[in-house]
Amino acid sequence: MRYPTFAAGLLAASTLAAPAAMAETPNLVVYTYDSFVSDWGPGPAVKAAFEAECACTLEFVGAGDGAALLARVQLEGARSRADVVLGLDTNLTARAAETGLFAPHGQTPALDLPIAWDDALFLPFDWGWFAFVHDRTRLPEPPRNFRELAQSEVSIVIQDPRSSTPGLGLLMWVEAAYGAEAPAIWQALQPRIVTVTPGWSEAYGLFLEGEADMVLSYTTSPAYHLIAEEDDTKAAAPFDEGHYMQIEVAGILASSAQPELAARFMAFMVSDAFQSIIPTTNWMYPAVLPQGGLPEGFETLITPETSLHFAPAEAAARRDAALAIWRDALSR
Amino acid sequence: MRFHADHQGPGPLWLAGAVAILLLALNLGALGAVALRAEWSGPGLGAADWAALRFTLTQAALSALFSVALAVPVARALARRRFWGRSALIVLMGAPFILPTLVAVIGILAVFGRGGMVNAGLDALGLSPVSIYGLGGVVLAHVFFNLPLATRLILQGWDRVPAEHLRLSASLGFGPWARFRHIEGPMLRAVVPGALAVVFLVCLTSFAVALTLGGGPRATTLELAIYQAFRFDFDLGRAALLALVQAALGLAALALLAFVAVPLLAAPALDRPAPPAPGGLARALDFMAVTLAAGFLLLPLSMVIWRGFPHLAGLPAPVWAAVAQSLMICALSVALLALFTAALALPARGKRLFEGLGMAALIASPMVIGTGLFIVIFPLMNPAQAVIPVTALVNAAMALPFALRAVLPALARAQADFAPLSASLGLSRGAHLRHVLWPRLRRPLGFALGLGAALSMGDLGVVVLFAQSGGETLPMQLHRLMGAYRSNDAAGAALLLLALSLGLFALIERLIGGREPRHAGP
Repeated sequence: MRYPTFAAGLLAASTLAAPAAMAETPNLVVYTYDSFVSDWGPGPAVKAAFEAECACTLEFVGAGDGAALLARVQLEGARSRADVVLGLDTNLTARAAETGLFAPHGQTPALDLPIAWDDALFLPFDWGWFAFVHDRTRLPEPPRNFRELAQSEVSIVIQDPRSSTPGLGLLMWVEAAYGAEAPAIWQALQPRIVTVTPGWSEAYGLFLEGEADMVLSYTTSPAYHLIAEEDDTKAAAPFDEGHYMQIEVAGILASSAQPELAARFMAFMVSDAFQSIIPTTNWMYPAVLPQGGLPEGFETLITPETSLHFAPAEAAARRDAALAIWRDALSR
Repeated sequence: MRFHADHQGPGPLWLAGAVAILLLALNLGALGAVALRAEWSGPGLGAADWAALRFTLTQAALSALFSVALAVPVARALARRRFWGRSALIVLMGAPFILPTLVAVIGILAVFGRGGMVNAGLDALGLSPVSIYGLGGVVLAHVFFNLPLATRLILQGWDRVPAEHLRLSASLGFGPWARFRHIEGPMLRAVVPGALAVVFLVCLTSFAVALTLGGGPRATTLELAIYQAFRFDFDLGRAALLALVQAALGLAALALLAFVAVPLLAAPALDRPAPPAPGGLARALDFMAVTLAAGFLLLPLSMVIWRGFPHLAGLPAPVWAAVAQSLMICALSVALLALFTAALALPARGKRLFEGLGMAALIASPMVIGTGLFIVIFPLMNPAQAVIPVTALVNAAMALPFALRAVLPALARAQADFAPLSASLGLSRGAHLRHVLWPRLRRPLGFALGLGAALSMGDLGVVVLFAQSGGETLPMQLHRLMGAYRSNDAAGAALLLLALSLGLFALIERLIGGREPRHAGP
């Protein structure tokens, strides 16, 4: 038997009764990553703005980070409560498309991305460039590329690609910039790496505590310190190989019982109301530039000349080999 | 029903059986659910998995050895010395074990990290800095977490040495060696294997600490490999296989424990005061052991307090809302833990079996338990509605091994000392429980339930899979603050979590455990 009866008995005995079904008001369920739904993320403002125009309730459910989010959807399969999944990135979308759980989004907005976008299943809501962030007062002249970094005395903290989406992004960054030379680059970088953390929070925390000179994050990270803390000491180092992009997307689940409402949410997602919330809550670039432009402070950020990016299929195809190279180089 | 002198326990067997079945179902059921959902494919264990297995074993064994070896002198010093602030120190020294790993790691790094106090001191002396990252750092952090637990477990062994033995040895003029050979040695022989096993099992499923301080993929543990199989590859079959390997390691450790363990010699005692402890060199060594341990454990903690204090008052409202949710889960978890502990400890027969089952939660992979429960519950109901009972249940199961370790030896000794007397007086089971066992068990039970409360407070395991917005616990909010760049608020929340965990621990231990036992002496 698949589901042991103990659980049924246990739950029947211990759970509160489900709240009575809401009369008539449709409820849109959106699965997303934790920091989106958090009280300090875009979630609360997005919920208020969408509910003001949809005559519905918008229910966000947080499910770890991007990778955990996809695993959750796969675990639930076609019986998922979710109508929309928001927060996968292009390193995950090939696997997500393969599950067959997603339906076309049907939107054709004009996106403001550095690259062309053409994906019937997934629609971007924000994006950013990965970058190494440093403190100007401690490191006035950061390295200008991976080779300089490898030859410098600068210490870095990075994330594990097996448990963190930025960590996987760095893997793809080195792959996109160096291809066949990637193993040599990783070996040269190895002495510079103080440690590898399970997630972004740990790495960024270690950097703020002064454990490393630089941390893998985003070109937009200094905007948080500037706008929210009035601290202009943090900066992202421009690398002349170019910067790999993270494009965060949402998709409609094929199993959704209310595809019209889900489609309406997707249209809302690329509208001004949603997009103007993103820069100062998710600290990423909006996928569609809002009328008012970017908030004051964003003009101080670096703008890489070259944007590196693998199409989802290529990222998926390269992933396992790139991970093996990373693990071998760093295990020496 | 009358009480008989055949070492019969006062607890009903059916209740113990029911709890044992629940625990088995929780562990095997979760693993089974994951395995059944898996599409079995691909190869078995690869080279990277074997490397992870070796690293897991090495770090867990070293962590257990160092934690327990260092805990022995500290426990002895605490057992035989009385000084101002002693009980407060014991409570405070227990704090690392209940800290969320993220908070503890930052505290450790403030002392031992690249920019920490130790390296600042070395730098001032003109010495080259030491790096904490690597196997050494992993073991250091695990000792930081587990030295307090090992100390408490061994301290209880010392407290159970009959005062009569100490008085006799003093009047016979025993030197330190003779005292060790005849009194302390046999006690340690009974207590140390259990402490080693518990610390080993705790470190077996470590993953965030091992990875963060391990310095890179060399420090990959099996738990991380399970995490990767589930999240990175969505390969449930591999996750279940790796979880089985991890469980086999834990079972092997438990089997070894059962093989080498000896019951504490059940010498009758009469709860009389202990003689004064030896002075001179012994006193100086005791002083050193306590001072060093307190410094090692309390310095990182004071860094957490130092960083957090300025931001405590300005914490945003959602953090306070999370406190309520955490307290609710914590209360239910402590109630379940009390029920499980009593049910498994009190029956006379099958003690070994029940204890083994009680330890089972430590063997299971937290990732697999969470996922398995999710697979089981999801088709039945919205997981968010089950978050409080499920989290409380899993937290209680996770704390149960520590509770049994604390309560069972004290129970065995109380039975050995007083069961014949109770029987000869014809005491009923209830009277025996109330007048004989309760006064002797309340202290370890208070410790166990306090520990359970604190562990539940700091837990960031299964709850993450189940909670929805509005149902966040304090550790979840702490993590979210860090994920939103808000390191100052996170420092304040970390201090709040530390204070709540410690406060609950101290409160429950005092309420249930009462003050110092009579036989520990002045």
